[in-house]
Amino acid sequence: MIRVVLPAHLRALARINGEVELAVAAPVTQRSILDALERRYPMLRGTIRDHDGGPRRAFIRFFACELDLSHEQPDALLPAAVGTGAEPYLIVGAMAGG
Amino acid sequence: MSGVRVLVGTRKGAFILTSDGRRERWEVSGPHFAGWEIYHVKGSPADPDRLFASQSSSWSGQVIQRSDDGGVTWEPVGNRFSYDGAPGTHQWYDGTPHPWEFARVWHLEPSLNDPDTVYAGVEDAGLFRSTDGGRQWAELSGLRCHDSGPSWQPGAGGMCLHTLLLDPAEPGRMFAAISAAGAFRSDDAGQTWRPVNRGLQSEGIPDPDAEVGHCVHRLAMHQARPNVLYMQKHWDVMRSDDAGESWHEVSGDLPTDFGFPIDVHAHEPDTVYVVPITSDAEHFPPEGKLRVYRSRTGGDEWEPLTRGLPQEHCYVNVLRDAMAVDSLDSCGVYFGTTGGQVYVSADAGDNWAPIVRDLPAVLSVEVQTL
Repeated sequence: MIRVVLPAHLRALARINGEVELAVAAPVTQRSILDALERRYPMLRGTIRDHDGGPRRAFIRFFACELDLSHEQPDALLPAAVGTGAEPYLIVGAMAGG
Repeated sequence: MSGVRVLVGTRKGAFILTSDGRRERWEVSGPHFAGWEIYHVKGSPADPDRLFASQSSSWSGQVIQRSDDGGVTWEPVGNRFSYDGAPGTHQWYDGTPHPWEFARVWHLEPSLNDPDTVYAGVEDAGLFRSTDGGRQWAELSGLRCHDSGPSWQPGAGGMCLHTLLLDPAEPGRMFAAISAAGAFRSDDAGQTWRPVNRGLQSEGIPDPDAEVGHCVHRLAMHQARPNVLYMQKHWDVMRSDDAGESWHEVSGDLPTDFGFPIDVHAHEPDTVYVVPITSDAEHFPPEGKLRVYRSRTGGDEWEPLTRGLPQEHCYVNVLRDAMAVDSLDSCGVYFGTTGGQVYVSADAGDNWAPIVRDLPAVLSVEVQTL
């Protein structure tokens, strides 16, 4: 299972406690994870990327395995440890705002 | 009529304040949607338990929430606001063409008689409608696609459609206001629109009496006399007696005619409220004294209402959607400040008291008479 960690305000919106576990078929990519996440939690559509599966919102970042994967292409393969569930895929609100 | 429910949107969440008809003791619920900007919360006149809230953040964009039990529980509904067709451009601050980009919903206006129909005024200025309780939204693009649209420019707060008034007497007639384009009227339920700004004078634009380009801050209407409209413009308090066809200034003896909100007494169509603010550069009350001004003559002659409001060292602002009136026999008047206070007067403005003092900056105040 893929493990996904959401920022607190999106966990509140989707009424999620803790991590989300998703079954995602290979190849595991940013797009395949977000597709699965939005299928289970439709209220998250438009809050991480645009409604058509396009670019991430400017103040959202994607981290995993201590790497910033925010600028990777949506269909790029993610690290194997994300695919096995050894490491979570972190969806992060950028440090900004007040 | 047994009580009131005050719906408060703030920079960091929504709050619901309830009281019986005496409006002396209050229960405070919230923050709902903590941490999110809540530009507006409003209830359906056709079903007071149905509420809509505009929830947004710089991180995660727009969410629309709906409650069917008066704000006890909420459900996210549709948040897809797509402009109709190729959106084109409006003018940017520097005068260059700028693509229309959805930023947020500023104002939600539920239908007067159908709880499933609700309108959304958005930034960049456009009007959307849902007929299924907020699940799906479609643009009424006749407004944005008006011939003047490419010349519209944003005000300092963005190019927002912040006011929508539905005429209770003329089905299909509605008024919208956009900063900084002006006031617009539709007579066909939002399909087509025309500017209604004749009589406005704005020194900050090249042609002071241009058809569009005026920074209208707020419109208000009395339900029993919808042909009379009041306007708080950037500068100037204005009145129209012919459904917006022409306007004349009624600032009269106000200490300053800059401000944001304007509202009308629930039972007296000639009783109007404004909150004068020093200037466009100094968004706080003159002399540090928070004063609501009331006219009982439909404008021109104004009296300061100060009892219970801070009369020294007060430097808050009252934003355009942050004033409301209830319809109890003794009309209640409410407003919220950027300092987080929400004030109530249960006697039409004579006496004021804070309901809460320390909320996040208040963006909007609405009240339901239950």
